[in-house]
Amino acid sequence: MAVIPVERKPLTLAERTYIPQIVHGLKTTFRHLVAPNVTLEYPEQRPEIPGGYRGVPTLVRDPNGREKCVSCQLCEFVCPPKAIRITPGEIASDSAQAHVERAPQAFDIDMLRCIYCGLCQEVCPEEAIWLQTQYSMTGYTREEMVNHKDRLYELGGTLPDAHLKWDKKKAAEDAAAHGGHH
Amino acid sequence: MDSSLYFDLPIWVRVTLQGVAVIAVLFPLAAACSMAERKISAWIQGRPGPNRTIPPFLRWIPVVAPVLQKLGLFQLAADGGKFVFKEDPIPGHVNKVYFVLAPILAMIPALTTIAVVPFGAYLDSAGRAVPLVLANVDVGILAVFAVGSLGVYSVILAGWASNSKYPFLGGVRASAQLISYELSMTLSVLPVFLWVNAPGGSGTLSLFDVVQSQSQPGFWGGMWYGVLMPISAFIFLVALFAETNRQPFDMPESEADLVGGFHTEYGAFKWSLFFVAEYCHMIVGSGVFVLLFLGGWHPLPWVSLEMVSGWLHIAGSPVLTGALATLLFLGKVVAFIFFFMWVRWTLPRFRYDQVMTLGWQKLLPLSIANLIAYALAIALIERA
Amino acid sequence: MADLLFYVLGGVTLGTAALTVLSRNAVNSAMFFLLSLLATAGLFVLLDAYLLAVLLVLVYAGAVVALFLFIIMLLDMQGGVRPPFTRATIAAAVAATGLLTVGVLSFVKRAQLSAAPVSPDLPVVGATLKSYAAQLFTTYLLPVQVVGFLLLIAMLGVIVLSKRFEGLEDIK
Ligand code: SF4
Ligand code: SF4
Repeated sequence: MAVIPVERKPLTLAERTYIPQIVHGLKTTFRHLVAPNVTLEYPEQRPEIPGGYRGVPTLVRDPNGREKCVSCQLCEFVCPPKAIRITPGEIASDSAQAHVERAPQAFDIDMLRCIYCGLCQEVCPEEAIWLQTQYSMTGYTREEMVNHKDRLYELGGTLPDAHLKWDKKKAAEDAAAHGGHH
Repeated sequence: MDSSLYFDLPIWVRVTLQGVAVIAVLFPLAAACSMAERKISAWIQGRPGPNRTIPPFLRWIPVVAPVLQKLGLFQLAADGGKFVFKEDPIPGHVNKVYFVLAPILAMIPALTTIAVVPFGAYLDSAGRAVPLVLANVDVGILAVFAVGSLGVYSVILAGWASNSKYPFLGGVRASAQLISYELSMTLSVLPVFLWVNAPGGSGTLSLFDVVQSQSQPGFWGGMWYGVLMPISAFIFLVALFAETNRQPFDMPESEADLVGGFHTEYGAFKWSLFFVAEYCHMIVGSGVFVLLFLGGWHPLPWVSLEMVSGWLHIAGSPVLTGALATLLFLGKVVAFIFFFMWVRWTLPRFRYDQVMTLGWQKLLPLSIANLIAYALAIALIERA
Repeated sequence: MADLLFYVLGGVTLGTAALTVLSRNAVNSAMFFLLSLLATAGLFVLLDAYLLAVLLVLVYAGAVVALFLFIIMLLDMQGGVRPPFTRATIAAAVAATGLLTVGVLSFVKRAQLSAAPVSPDLPVVGATLKSYAAQLFTTYLLPVQVVGFLLLIAMLGVIVLSKRFEGLEDIK
């Protein structure tokens, strides 16, 4: 690689007295002094959350109100700080959702451990866990900082995407049972 | 207004009253400065600064309370209260006597110098200006320098008594810096006094006379010394920054390399004494600069207090002219303090060797050359 | 009132001067010296010699003692065991004391303290700038120059002495 020596220009007398530079700096700071503030008055004004923001991880339901998580526990395994704890549960056979594999009995995310990495969202095969726009988690106790299942669904809401994978599968199975094509 | 009632009081009552009055202005001014500092730093950085604190029982007042809240005045009160009521620990490894003495020593020169700084003047019935000052001593400026130079002990002692390395380094730096810049500072005001003390005069070092000599008739007589002697003013200004330990010269407490410098081991009330002393120093220093180079209480160059009170038809009233002069002076001082803060939030801190180089190799020769040049010029003018 | 102040200030001056010499801690010594100087300045004020008082505070209290403290801190002298006096020190001390005594005695004998007419309108030399400067540049011009020269020599001596160590190995 060619080395290009750069001549450092000697400072002029005015530059060496440092005064024009100080005056220039004073002008700059004065401009900022009279310029409007750039900060938000936080609790009253809220920042606009950009798309793709990774906030607090939440659980979502599908448009029919079914909880999408099937408690496969992939997220629990992938979570680097082990913030997720899932107790898998069976779905009662008389329930309307009985055709779905399983559902979590308990689903806790400890927000004191979560590092907002988004790996749980990435790994979930059911698109059931999402890092959404909620960014301020506070509490007075450690217990308060653990999001239980109810809270997770409350925060998560409904995912509008109507894939309805399990319903389609059931419909296909039903059709197969009736038609007997397969 | 009947002023004879006041002058009938015994002298010690009057002196005490005057002293209390001056301190009653100086202290709130120093406190307001600390809030102004935070506000100005915030505005320069595009922030609103402290604007939330408000005691609940004042919330109902319509316009005033929100404005004061936005200006952070209640924050100031809260901070003051915190300093007073917070636990004030004395670390186990310090030299207790000097550790406690140092903050007190910081306050003494800061409050004493104000006694010889005239902060206004009134016109008596004959139209002559009479200074408003606690002690109108003939040695004015020297007394300011002398008492002000005692301020170094608080820093040295605080650094030494803390008995740990960062305060110690801060103390050593402070003493070297203060002594170095005192020289240039003293030399820089000499041309002013050479000019004031024209031959035949009685010989004076009084700040009042300096102000009065900036309002003489004629083109040269009415000019402020800041215009007449820009180099003196500049050197004095730089030395003033160094003497008050203000950025870019706040070596003694440069928090980047010395944690907190000389006051690292201090907390609560004792720390706040250092803090207030710094602002008092700044106020007095600004006052002296305004008196020496910016015409004191004369509103503009070539426009003297006497002329303005003539235009306003208040020349006959000592109270009104005195109030006008004091307001003008305080206005200039406040503007100058703003300049202090403006510079602080503009310039980065110098390195310590740069401070020493600047003091000894640049300012000192410059001030000596300046003195010689003005001495020659004044001699030539006097001869002509 | 003035008499009382004189005795108080004089007492403080002498007492703190003695403590300056006697205290074991160098910082204490310096602080007592400072107090002594301030009390002396107070004595000057009692004599109406404001200028001298201010100069004393400015130069000695403000700068010289600060430098002392600076050096004490830099060398970290915390007292400790004092090395015993050598014979040379004793001889020097005796000589200095003798000289001082002679000086003070001759001063007391020769200065016509009582003979001088004390009139209230006699200008005090140390009071105002003008009288002080006039004396300095007329009557006392030679002593001032001599003392200045002496100080210059002392300064040069310090520079020479401190420079000499540069080549030595053990200083590092
Ligand atoms: S959230 Fe997704 S990855 Fe986690 S257990 Fe439920 S289905 Fe599996
Ligand atoms: S965002 Fe990361 S840390 Fe937080 S729960 Fe998901 S996988 Fe765990």
